[in-house]
Formats: sequence, C-alpha cells, structure tokens
Amino acid sequence: MSLLKRIAPQLIALALLVALVTVFYPGFLKLDLSGGRLVGPMIDVLKRGAPVALLAVGMTLVIATRGIDLSVGTTMAICGAVAAWAVAGGWGLVPALLLALAAGALAGLWNGLLVAVVGIQPFVATLILMTMGRGIAQLITEGRILTFNHAGFAFLGSGTLLGLPVPAWLWLACGLGMAALMRRTALGLLVEAIGINRRASALAGVNATVLLIAVYVVSGLCAALAGIVVTADIRGADANNAGLWLELDAILAVVIGGNSLLGGRFSIIASLLGALIIQTIDTGILLAGFPSEYNLVIKAGLVLVILVLQSPRIAGEWRLWRDSHRASREARAAQRSRT
Amino acid sequence: MNTRALPLYATVVIFLLAYLLCWLQFPNILSTRVIGNLLTDNAYLGIVAVGMTLVILSGGIDLSVGSVIAFSGVFIAVILRETSLHPLVVFALLLALTTAFGAAMGFLIDRLAMPAFIVTLAGMFLARGAAYMLSIDSVPIAHPFYKTLQSAYWLMPGKGRLALIGVVMLLTVLAGMVVAHKTRFGASVYALGGGEATARLMGVRQGRTTMLVYAFSGLMAGLSGIVFSVYTGSGYSLATVGTELTAIAAVVIGGTLLTGGAGYMFGTLVGVLTMGLIQTYIVFDGTLSSWWTKIVIGVLLLVFILLQKGLLKLSRDRLGGQG
Amino acid sequence: MLLTIRSLTKTFPGTRALDAVDFDLAAGEVHALLGENGAGKSTLIKCLTGAYHRDGGTITLDGAQIDPQSTVEAQEQGIGTVYQEVNLLPNLTVAQNLMFGREPRRWGLVDSRAMRAEARETLRPYGLDIDVDRDLGSYSVAIQQIVAIARAVALSGKVLILDEPTASLDAAEVRMVFDVVRGLRARGLGIVFVSHFLDQVFGLTDRITVLRNGRRIVTERTADLDRVKLIEHMLGRALEHEVAGQTAEPVASDRVPLLSFQNFGRRGVIEPYDLTIGRGEVVGLAGLLGSGRTETAELMFGVRTATQGEASDAKARLDLSSPRAAIAQGFGFVPEERKTDGIVAELSIRENVILGLQARRGWARPIPRSEQNRIADDYIKRLDIRTSGREKPIGELSGGNQQKAILARWLAMNPRFLILDEPTRGIDVGAHAEILRLIRELTEAGMSILVISSEIDELVAVANRVIVVRDRRHVAELAGARVTGDEIMRAIAAEEVAA
Repeated sequence: MSLLKRIAPQLIALALLVALVTVFYPGFLKLDLSGGRLVGPMIDVLKRGAPVALLAVGMTLVIATRGIDLSVGTTMAICGAVAAWAVAGGWGLVPALLLALAAGALAGLWNGLLVAVVGIQPFVATLILMTMGRGIAQLITEGRILTFNHAGFAFLGSGTLLGLPVPAWLWLACGLGMAALMRRTALGLLVEAIGINRRASALAGVNATVLLIAVYVVSGLCAALAGIVVTADIRGADANNAGLWLELDAILAVVIGGNSLLGGRFSIIASLLGALIIQTIDTGILLAGFPSEYNLVIKAGLVLVILVLQSPRIAGEWRLWRDSHRASREARAAQRSRT
Repeated sequence: MNTRALPLYATVVIFLLAYLLCWLQFPNILSTRVIGNLLTDNAYLGIVAVGMTLVILSGGIDLSVGSVIAFSGVFIAVILRETSLHPLVVFALLLALTTAFGAAMGFLIDRLAMPAFIVTLAGMFLARGAAYMLSIDSVPIAHPFYKTLQSAYWLMPGKGRLALIGVVMLLTVLAGMVVAHKTRFGASVYALGGGEATARLMGVRQGRTTMLVYAFSGLMAGLSGIVFSVYTGSGYSLATVGTELTAIAAVVIGGTLLTGGAGYMFGTLVGVLTMGLIQTYIVFDGTLSSWWTKIVIGVLLLVFILLQKGLLKLSRDRLGGQG
Repeated sequence: MLLTIRSLTKTFPGTRALDAVDFDLAAGEVHALLGENGAGKSTLIKCLTGAYHRDGGTITLDGAQIDPQSTVEAQEQGIGTVYQEVNLLPNLTVAQNLMFGREPRRWGLVDSRAMRAEARETLRPYGLDIDVDRDLGSYSVAIQQIVAIARAVALSGKVLILDEPTASLDAAEVRMVFDVVRGLRARGLGIVFVSHFLDQVFGLTDRITVLRNGRRIVTERTADLDRVKLIEHMLGRALEHEVAGQTAEPVASDRVPLLSFQNFGRRGVIEPYDLTIGRGEVVGLAGLLGSGRTETAELMFGVRTATQGEASDAKARLDLSSPRAAIAQGFGFVPEERKTDGIVAELSIRENVILGLQARRGWARPIPRSEQNRIADDYIKRLDIRTSGREKPIGELSGGNQQKAILARWLAMNPRFLILDEPTRGIDVGAHAEILRLIRELTEAGMSILVISSEIDELVAVANRVIVVRDRRHVAELAGARVTGDEIMRAIAAEEVAA
C-alpha cells in the first residue's frame, strides 16, 4: 500500500505520457502476437529501456548514499568490450559473461575505494573512470567495433522469452530482485541510514565503509549487465558509443523516480518507472513524428522541474510563505472574532 | 613556498619533462611548427578551460560547455546561411546568448541551492537539444570573412605558423589571469571556493558572484565555439561531445583544486598544452593508438586528485598538530 | 558605556536561548563572557553580530541603537568578531585576507603592490612582520588569529568579540595573542572575551559575566571573583528537588569489576588513564568543556583508537578499535552531539531505535517488522517518548525526545557498559529527571554506566564515583562520601596548568 502511494506520481506521469503519445500516435497501445512474441510500441519501450533501467537500479543505491556514479556509461563500454572480446575469442558464453561482470565489479570496487576509503567526493572520484574508461574499452576492442557471431550471446540482446524480449526480463528481474533484496533484508535501511548520516550510522555500529563500497560495486555490476545487453543487441562492442550519455539518463531516471540527490530514502521501483518514462518520451517522440531533436530539450525541462521540486531552498521558502500566510490568516480571523 | 602552488609546479615540471622525453625521441617536436600547431589545435579547448578554471575555483562545475560549443557552431553556421548578417554581428549575438545562458544557470544554482553539476547537466541537454533543433547535419560556413580568419597567421621563425585562433587563446588566458588574480571579483571567486560560509562572513555576495562565474564560463564557451567554428569551418551539433570532461581534466592537471579555492589560470594553459602534447606524441609515434590519450589523461587526473588530497591532508595535519 | 545590551531575548523552537539578558561593555575593557555549552554565549554573540535576529531587547552602541542584519553590517557599525576558526580564508594570501573587499585599485584592477604595503601597515601595530604574500594557511594558528584580529579591528574599530580565540594555541602563542589584546585595550577598544580556559580569563579580563540556561547569572569584577565561586556560577547548583537531595549509594566494596582500562590513552588527545568500572556502577566524568571528558569516552568506544594501554574484562583483553568492535564487546555510546552523531534525521523513530540492533545482527537477518514495532512501541512507552507514532521522522521530535529515542537504540541492544555523554543537555526539566531515574533503574538491573556531565548536581545524584578531568588528564577520583558538589568543584577549580 505504501509502495503504491510512493510510486503514484510516477505511475500517473507514465499514464499521462502514454495517453499523450497515443493522441499523436494512436497505434501506441497496439499489441500483436506474432510467432510467440508480443510486438508493439510498448514492448519496444520495455526492450529499449533496458540499459537505462539496469543502470538506474545501481544508480538509485549510489544516490541513496549521497553519492553519484558518473562512470556507468563507460563501464558499460568496458564490460561490453570484454564480453565481446571473450565471446569472439571462443571462451564460451558463461565465462564471457562472468568476465564482463567481474570487470564491472572491479570498476565499482575502484570507485568505491576512492569514495569510501580515500575520501574523494563521489562526483570527482567517478569522473576519473569516466574520463579514461572509453580509452580502456578501446584498448580491448583495439579501436574497432568488435563483432562476434554467437547466437546464445545475441539472444540476451534480441531474443524473446515467454513472449517478452529478453532485455525486458533482465531489467525486470534485476530491478525487482534488487528491490526485494533491499527490502527483505536490512540492506535498504542501512543504505538509507548511511546516506542520511554516515557518522551517526557508523557510531551506531553500521559498517558504513564496506556498505559504501558495496553500493558502488552493485552499480558497476548493473552497468556490466547493461553493457552486455547493448553489446548483445548490436552483436558487437562499440567502445565509442556504447553507453554514451547513459549515465545522465540513469541519473535522470533516478530523480524522476522521486529519489533525492541529497541521499536517504530511495525506491528502486520508482527509478524503474523513471527509466520507463524516459524511454516512453524517446519512443513517443519518434513515433509521433516529432524530430528526435526535441528529446534533449524535453529532458532538460524535466530536470529543471525536478530540481525546483527537490530544492531545499525553495522548499524552505515555500514553508515560510505558507506559515506566514497561515499566521496572517489566523491573525485576520482573530481580529474578526474580536470585532 | 606556498603549498597551494605545489600542484602548479608539478604541472610545469611534468610538462617540461614530457616535452624533454618527446624531444629525445623526436627532435622535430621542438620546432615552432609543432608548437604553432599545438596552440592552434587546442585553441578552443584552452579558451573553454579558462572559463572552467574560474568555475572550479569557485567550487562549482560546468558540464554544459561542450554542448554550448557545439550549439555556437551550429548557431553561427545557420544564421550565416539564412541571413546576410556580418559574422562579427553574429559573434556578438552569440556571445550575448551564451553569457546569458551561463548567468541563468548560475542564478538557478544559487537560488535552488542544488548541486552545480545537475543544474549544468540540464544546461548540457538544453544546449545540445537546441543545437539539434537548429540543424542535425553539419552546416558548412562559406562566408568570405571566415576565409580571412582561417588564413590569418603569424609566421614564426622556423616556419611555424601561429594562427589567429591560437593568439585568441593566448589572449583569453591572459584575460583570465587578470580576472582571476587581479580583480575583486576574482578574489571573491577564490573566497567562495575556499569556504562559502567564511566568504559570506567576509562580505562576498554569493548569489551575484555565482551568477557571474557561470556567465563568464558561458562567455568563454561561446568564444570557444566561435574559435572551433573557425577551426573546422562548419557547425555540427554532434561536435565536441565530452569536451567538458577534457576541459575539467585540463584544469585539474593544470594544478587547480577540483574542490575549489586554489589554482592558477596559467596552470590551466600548461594543462591544456600537456594534453595536446600527449596527442602530438601519439601522432608522431604513429604506432600508438589514439585511445591511449584518454588513458594517460585519466591517469594524470588521478595522480593530481590524489596529490591534492594528500596536500590537503598534510596541511590539515600540520595545523592540527599545533593544537 | 561603549556597548549596552538590555533584556536581549531570543527564542528557538522549543528553547529560550536568551532570556532578557543585560550586558555592558566599557571602552578600554576586556569583558569575559562565560558559560557552559548551551548557556547562550554564542546566541548572544550572534545577535550582536547580526547573524541572528533578536526577538526582543535593545543594543546600544556609542549612544545609538543598532540593529545589524548581517555580520558585514555589524562590522560597518563597529562590531568585529574573531571566532575559534572559520574567520579568514587559508587559501588566500595574508594581504588578500586583510584587504578583502577593500583592495586598493588602479585602473579598475587590484594594485598588488599598494595592497601589500597597506597590509604590512595594518599589521605593524601588532608587531607582526611577516611575508604578506604567502597563503594565510601556511602560518601558525596564532598568526592567523592575529591577522583575523587585525582585520576585524581595521574594519570595525569599536568592539572586538573574541570567541574562543585561543582554543587551538599553545602557551607561547596564547601570550602572543594576549599581548595583542592588551594593546587593543590600551587603544580604547571594548573587547568581549569568550573562553573556557579559566586561567586565561583570570589573567586577561577586567570583568566577568556568566550566563547559564540563557539567563545572566552574574556580572562581577574579575578581581572580586574566586575560581570556585565562578565555577559554581557556571555549572549551577540548584537542580529540581526531585533530583537534588538524592545521592547514589557509595560503591559497595564487594562490587565485581566489569571492565578495566590500564594506561589507556592517545597522544595529543587524552593522557593515559587507569579506570576500573564495576558491575552496576555509575561512574561520573566531571570537568569543564574541552577538558578531555568527551575524548575519554571516544577512546573507550573506538571513535578514536587508543595509541597505548589496553582494556580488558574479567576474561580477556578487549578489542576497541572501532565503534563496531566496541559494540561487539557490549559497549554503548550516547554521544553529545545529537544532531551530527546521534540521530538519522529522516528515518522514523522505529528505524532509529532498531538501527544499532539491526547493524549488530547483520544485514542478512532483518528484524521482523512486528518485532521492530514491538521494540519501538515498548521504548516509546517505557521512556515516555512524546510522539504521534513510531513512524514519525526522528528529526521532527523535540531534543529531549530525540535523546530518549537514541537512548532507546542502545537499551534495545542491552549493553553491559553504556556511555552517556551529556545525556541531559538541551532537554527540558521533565525529561531531565526521567533520564536520571532511568540511569538508576538500569544500574539496578546490572548495567554499568559512565556519565559525562557539566551539571555537577546531576553527577552527585547518580554517580557512585566521580572522575575529574582537567587539561586532558584524569586528575582526581572521588568516591563514597567524597562525591559531593563542593569536592568536585574544588577538583575542577584547582590551579590549571597554564594553557
């Protein structure tokens, strides 16, 4: 019940958006079953939204600890390159995937150590990997688009399972699994606690340092999954373009999900809805026949609106205004009752 | 010796050492021809890094500059194509626009009390989106005035060409040095970066200073966009993706503290040249791939961030030890 | 009078920080403003410097009423302030700091040469001949403080407020700063001096005003006050009668020792100390602010690690290298700074209460929600936490109720040894008495407790034994019949080693 209340704004926004797109492109809600798979624009949204949704899962946790992970886009490129390199090199699917995930975990560990142990601000710490990550990815692909021919791997990007695209299953499983892990164990509470007050939490016995590192590792793992999906989808690793801009979309998804950039309370489900909202805008603009150039401008507007909603100063001033308003109204009422 | 200047010395030493190593391997690299190219090729980066330096000194960050450069190029190209305005008029219009854009971001950062990187992130989307909306394709600039600008250079001894845009970059760095080190505004910027609360106590008008800082960065990004359009002879909305990162890296490698309050404009020039040198070396070498540039820059970035963290800890320990 | 304050009042939600306080400052006078944490010193200063807006009362400077809206405005009107830290910017040069905002200019640009010359000129009366081109941060704290004083005087020139200016200085540096202050007094400035080093107060000041709980307790000529009397004014002796008048029983000699700390200390933080704590015993830690009482506790709880000595219980040596390690040994710690070290503001009372318990159980074994509710409700009832429900964010509670919730966090973990650092600071009288009653209940159940407090009667009421801390050292141990207010006061007041 409380979950429903928490994600109501996102659900409503998504519904309105879908309605809006349907006005411009009536076929948006159409679903067909062809050859055992569902097809339609909405299914497309579920599939194409996968990378951002996957990144948003890890990013939600990082932001909950008052951090930020700018390196997820480049981590995607690295992990995609690793997977493609391993598959093309005949390592077999499972070792290749494990290797890619290990690369993601390593990237996260690096970020986590810089943040939690060395004490560098998250924004700065993850900037380092963001800057050099594409170079590393290119090192692996040797500057080419590393293509491969492996049906099993490609299945992860473009296959269908029980009617739905595999990437959709992946982000659903990852997101819901992570949400369950957070809420069925005490992890969610502990992450929120260190995000709100790391010092007080550490004094209460929370192992803040390890938890902080773990959160960045999770973010790295999510980026690895996203990288695998993208690479599998295009059957090749493109070190230059895989995951480009996606760190920003992931952050956007998290804030659309109503999670505060200042850390604390978080909801993974809401972030997933945020990712869906972003993808619906992307797809919707395309289908409605608007030039895709509008996309970024709309996102900029969205960020702005959310910033105003989250701003501590605006909130403070609004409270002040409300209180003074209320006080003056009460004063007027008091005066009236006297006369 | 001021510990604050240490990263600057480190920057200069690293640059000179790197140049020495390059020279040992390729003696040609010390020709005015190479130096002229170094300045020309990195002119747009140097200019935008001047703005970024001031922003970082104030304790902020501006992620929008790469998009603003791209927008500037497209804006100039499209206006020149569609109207008969003289390029100088278009330049003035553009600079007014980007300065106002920066000022607006500064205003929001201060008023909303939100992190600069997320506000300028919105600015990044907006500028890139605006560029797309003007034109998605690369628009060539055919105005004769551009030909003049492109072919203006000073022939240095040794046949090296110092192009006009290289000179503009050097002048901009000079102007940046004056603004940062020789004005009350510059002092306020350092003060904000040193500590907002203390700065306010000392009488810094935080809102006004923040706005001016980002306005300056917008102005520099606009100027950089002009230079870039001269350099490439076109406007393209997909150009200079990630330039903000390169600029930030140049500033930090130039010895400016990423958390603000310490650094020198001159260091940024050295930082830009260091990055240019890496690229030049890779070109000279011929066997190394271009992606090594990113990796080396990343490593340098890490080294400088750790160096600064260490210095900060050192000075804090020393002061604490006296307690 | 240079400065006259009449019935200054300032209220914050839940507390009256200043209650009709009067204060006078003559020209050519150094006037000490004393009081423990929360007495109202800093509120008074902030009202004077425009950082806070007062609710009532008048401030008259040089015969004219003033109402500064900001520090800058206060400065222009003649009131300058030097704080313990955050005065100037260590990343700017000395000259830049001194001349900030009024740099000499030529053709619109800062004239560095003139600025240097003027800065040197400004420092001359202070006998400071330093390179003004170096970063302020590269100089010692004493020089930084003198530069801060020079700037404040140059900008304001009538009243100088020194807020704990010597807290991080060594003896020679203190003398240096004091010479500067005496010079300014001779020049006719009025100086307000806030410090918790009583030697310095007696050595430097002409008059003393003591604040306690937002009220002015006394203003006297320094020469007419003795140390014990002064401390009595500062710490206060009159508690609610339900607390005063009761004393804890003396330690029974057969009490089983629970913990012992031998030669336990950390260089530069607290001198090594020996301390044994019995089962069910309450040990009090008395001393003035900054004496090393909190540091004693922090070392025990692993907030800072001890560099020497060891801690042990009846069975083994104890690892106290981190809070987690200390918790594993059955320790608990209710810190002094509730906001930064205690509460996790946006989490609910329930979550705050179970946080420690959950952290100890590990993330993989969540406490079932029904169990959480039971624990939270239980403590809300037992400690009488006033709230509309257990799901209310703890940040929205009053100070006393927050304190009780943090206490509940530790009680839920059932520690064998609990450290309470200023457990009754900033909470109302009712909650105050309840917490003291609770301490007694807990020890009856066998828990050992260390109470740190600046309220001596509180210690007398609950402690079996009192350790007195002074100058980062344990200087006295009072037990049995000697646990009286007078004895503690005397031990605190004994001549301090010059700071």
